[in-house]
Order: sequence, then structure tokens, then C-alpha cells
Amino acid sequence: MTLEAIAQRVDARGLSCPLPIVRTAIAIKPLASGALVEVLATDPGSTKDFVAWAKTTGNELVESTVEEGVYRFLLRRK
Amino acid sequence: MDQPISLVLFSGTDDKLQSAAVMTAGAAAVGRPVHIFLQYWALDAFRRDRIARDHGLSPEAGPAGHAAVEALAAAGQEPWHATLRLAKELGEVEIQACSLSMDLLEISPDDLDPLVDGIEGVTSFWMAAAEGPVVFI
Repeated sequence: MTLEAIAQRVDARGLSCPLPIVRTAIAIKPLASGALVEVLATDPGSTKDFVAWAKTTGNELVESTVEEGVYRFLLRRK
Repeated sequence: MDQPISLVLFSGTDDKLQSAAVMTAGAAAVGRPVHIFLQYWALDAFRRDRIARDHGLSPEAGPAGHAAVEALAAAGQEPWHATLRLAKELGEVEIQACSLSMDLLEISPDDLDPLVDGIEGVTSFWMAAAEGPVVFI
């Protein structure tokens, strides 16, 4: 767990692919470099999608966890 | 620079348009430019007075497919045109209407939803596609 403040939260629970990524990409855009974004999702493809998205866009996937069918991603803006 | 991904949308049923919208939004999210060329029944679905209508499903959907798609919509899945609007907000997504299909269906530019950026011919489409992949849906 990180103790840094989360700048933006994206609740993508119930949204199907690729909306968790799309909502996140829109939410992270206006933030300052280094800002943290927390995403909650239920789309089962999101674990692989967030790894690929972070790798391609240069944003950092700080944490990726799953609990009771809810995926949680912590991302740091490039 | 990344080569654009070019999508030719031919079919005008909601399942195929949803598929295209998902592919487009995913590409936009990873920063790939997307160029969409609307032909025939797909173009017809982009008329401003018809875009939000029920456009049906492909024949292969069957009764079970219809039920599954309806369940997803009832669970709040965004319609394909809303996903395309998001994709345009997010990335470099250009949507062009095929000029031949405009003539065939007797559509004037004012009839089209604002999602459509313009009208082009097939030569312009291939020039824009350059060496990038082309997907036909």
C-alpha cells in the first residue's frame, strides 16, 4: 500500500471492456506528472489491459490487486 | 509515429457497430490513430435521426445472442455511438463517410450525426491508411 494521496478515483465497476481503460485514460490526462489514480473495475480482462496500457502509454502501474471480483489498479501519471 | 489503424465499417447492425466502437476506443486509449470509413449500412446507421435507434443484430446472433446483448444493455453497457464519442474525446479518431455510399443512400452531409467528420472517396481512404492495418467490419 502506498500512503501518497490519490489525486483521482475512477469507479469503472460494472463497465465492460474497454471502458475501464477509456475512462482512466480520460481521467489521467489533465493530471500533473506523478499524480496517482486509483481505478476499480470488474471487467475480467482489465488486469491484462492495464498492464498493456501502462506499458504502451508510459504511465506506471504501481499496484494491481483483486479482491472478491473487484480489480483495483493504482497508476502513476507519466 | 504509429501507422493509423483503418476500419471499414460496412455492416449497420448494433453488434458489429459495438465491436467497431470497442476496437476504436481501445486503440485510442493506447494512442493509436484510428481512421474510420463508413460504407453502406454502417453509414445509414450514422444518420443523425437514426443513430440512437435499434439497428438489430447480425443473423448469427440467434435468440440466445439477442438475449445476451439485451442483458448487457440492461446492465448499463453504453451504446456504440456513446463509446465512439468517448473514443473521439480521448484520441485521434477520424470518421469519414464513403462518398459512393452517400450517393447510393441519398444522404446529404446535413443528415449525418456530428460524429462524422467529413466525406471522402476510396482513394483518400487508401492514402490515409498508408502501411497500417485495415479491418473490415
